[in-house]
Amino acid sequence: MAAATLSTSTVLSTVIRLALVAGVFALGAYWESTGLLPSIFRHTDDVVYLIGQHIRLVAISGVLAILVAVPLGILLTRTPFRRYTNFVTQFVNLGTTIPTLAILALSMSFLGIGAPPTIFGLFVLTLLPILLNTIAGIRSVPPHLIEAARGMGLTQRQIPFQVELPNAAFVILAGIRTALAINVGTATLAFLIGGGGLGELIFTGIDLMDPSMLLAGAIPTALLAILVDFLVGQAQFWLIPRGVNPLR
Amino acid sequence: MITLDHITKTFGQTTAVDAVSMEVPAGSVCVLLGPSGCGKTTTMKMINRLIAPTSGKIIVDGKDNAAVDEVTLRRSIGYVIQQIGLFPNKTVEDNIAIVPDMLGWDRKRSRIRAAELLEMVNLDPEIFLKRYPKELSGGQAQRVGVVRALAADPPVLLMDEPFGAIDPINREVIQDEFMKLQARLKKTIVFVSHDIDEAVKMADRIAIFREGRLIQYSSPDDLLAHPSNSFVADFVGTDRTLKRLRLIKVEDVMVEQPCRARADDTLETAAAMMEEAGHISIVMVGPLGRARGYVTLDGARCKRGTVGEHHDKLRGVVNVDEDLRAAVSMMFTHDITWLACVDDDGFYKGYITQRGITHALGATYRDS
Ligand SMILES: Nc1ncnc2c1ncn2[C@@H]1O[C@H](COP(=O)(O)OP(=O)(O)OP(=O)(O)O)[C@@H](O)[C@H]1O
Ligand SMILES: [Mg+2]
Repeated sequence: MAAATLSTSTVLSTVIRLALVAGVFALGAYWESTGLLPSIFRHTDDVVYLIGQHIRLVAISGVLAILVAVPLGILLTRTPFRRYTNFVTQFVNLGTTIPTLAILALSMSFLGIGAPPTIFGLFVLTLLPILLNTIAGIRSVPPHLIEAARGMGLTQRQIPFQVELPNAAFVILAGIRTALAINVGTATLAFLIGGGGLGELIFTGIDLMDPSMLLAGAIPTALLAILVDFLVGQAQFWLIPRGVNPLR
Repeated sequence: MITLDHITKTFGQTTAVDAVSMEVPAGSVCVLLGPSGCGKTTTMKMINRLIAPTSGKIIVDGKDNAAVDEVTLRRSIGYVIQQIGLFPNKTVEDNIAIVPDMLGWDRKRSRIRAAELLEMVNLDPEIFLKRYPKELSGGQAQRVGVVRALAADPPVLLMDEPFGAIDPINREVIQDEFMKLQARLKKTIVFVSHDIDEAVKMADRIAIFREGRLIQYSSPDDLLAHPSNSFVADFVGTDRTLKRLRLIKVEDVMVEQPCRARADDTLETAAAMMEEAGHISIVMVGPLGRARGYVTLDGARCKRGTVGEHHDKLRGVVNVDEDLRAAVSMMFTHDITWLACVDDDGFYKGYITQRGITHALGATYRDS
């Protein structure tokens, strides 16, 4: 039953991938004939520079978010804080409903313009889903496993690392995966508060009604998001032990 | 040895365990038995301090266990829970080696130990060491759970309904395996169960609990023969005498070294032997003493010739190592009142009769 579902979904995703490749190819051919493609490549230098900037924004905010969210999630699921976990989860959920632009605007009003407010805004945005998944992942570890661990003499410090985190790792990485992909997309808004990134081409392209410029920003952004998703997906596949990895 | 000295545990208003005192001798299996919620698990968890007693003292191997560091204490006590609790993120090998790893054993030594332990429960290390728990059947996981508790060779083992989650047939198999292991290892075991049959099978001593109090603490046979009150009697069941059949071995009840006939004896000789012994039949043995057949007194009197020519096939033969349940079952199956008893090689060791069995079961009632 599971195998059947899996193979259906594998077939489906293969079909979708092929369709995508064919579509991109057809689009490329069409643009080539209309002269759009050559004009996109006029922006190559800008694109290379801005991709670098974009990646830096995503990487710094993403890494910071992971470094804060995962330990915070572990801390919030320890016994002394356990009874507040529900409250924190609801609070964080509330946080995720605040529109992205509002977060960026808020952080600009505190930190001024440029990279720092952008990174802070992206950090907050990425932190929340990772924190939620870390908490959910750790809470989904069956209590009898913790009891077995305690009964065998694992210390309070060993239990999170040997039992809780490995068993929650898949859910945590799933949170990181979506959070980073969203981060890549959202980082285009950085332009609005002077943070740079590929948004510069997109928004300028819109202003100037220059589709080639707009696409020169949008296509690399999309590819970057797909790449990040792919990389974290691979990490999820290879780093998580087979025993707790639903992918294999 | 484990000693509980007036152990009490209260959770708010409920008294889960109420002034329980008992002693588990070294190397023996003590089964805590009773209805759901009577405090068995709570009592057990106080031994490895997963639960702190409200009052009272527990002494394990001469040391007050409140004085020992709790992590050190737990690493010296094997622990098996009903849900087995194998860690899904670790291979079978790593699961088994958890406590040795924490104790700082050399990695090579702990992995060899894991392989050894798997073999003890008939799981091929080649196949199972590298598997993950999700790749095991229920029975296999249960076996791994048990040997994991044995990994660092702790003198004491706590087992909370360790065989509860498997089907009855597999459960019997694992129980038998475990008893063989225990006969070799001689651990001091506290075993929680709510199954009287399991308790009777495994226990050296059974502790019956009711609402947190220890009602009776005695050997299985004593418990079945002399339940201390109607609660215990009801709990062990109206067929308690039949349950005792399991506890007595054929060799303890059979009549040993009875007279026997050989194939070349005449029927007259056989009849004379039976008359002298007051028997109505006699077993014929082969040249080396294996049970081959039998002749009855009536048959021997009214025919002529040798025993070899006139013997009948034995309808029931029972191994001396079997329990009385097997013997009685065979008697009922073949509608006979006696059985020849043989050892593993088929040598005739004695015979067992229905009267002998009722007598043996009745002895303890008459004593009291
Ligand atoms: N942590 C707890 N908090 C409050 N009450 C508890 C707690 N643990 C156990 N109890 C209560 O203590 C009593 C004994 O529980 P225990 O788990 O020892 O029963 P048990 O004999 O193991 O039962 P079962 O056969 O169902 O496992 C029960 O009434 C139970 O509700
Ligand atoms: Mg219990």
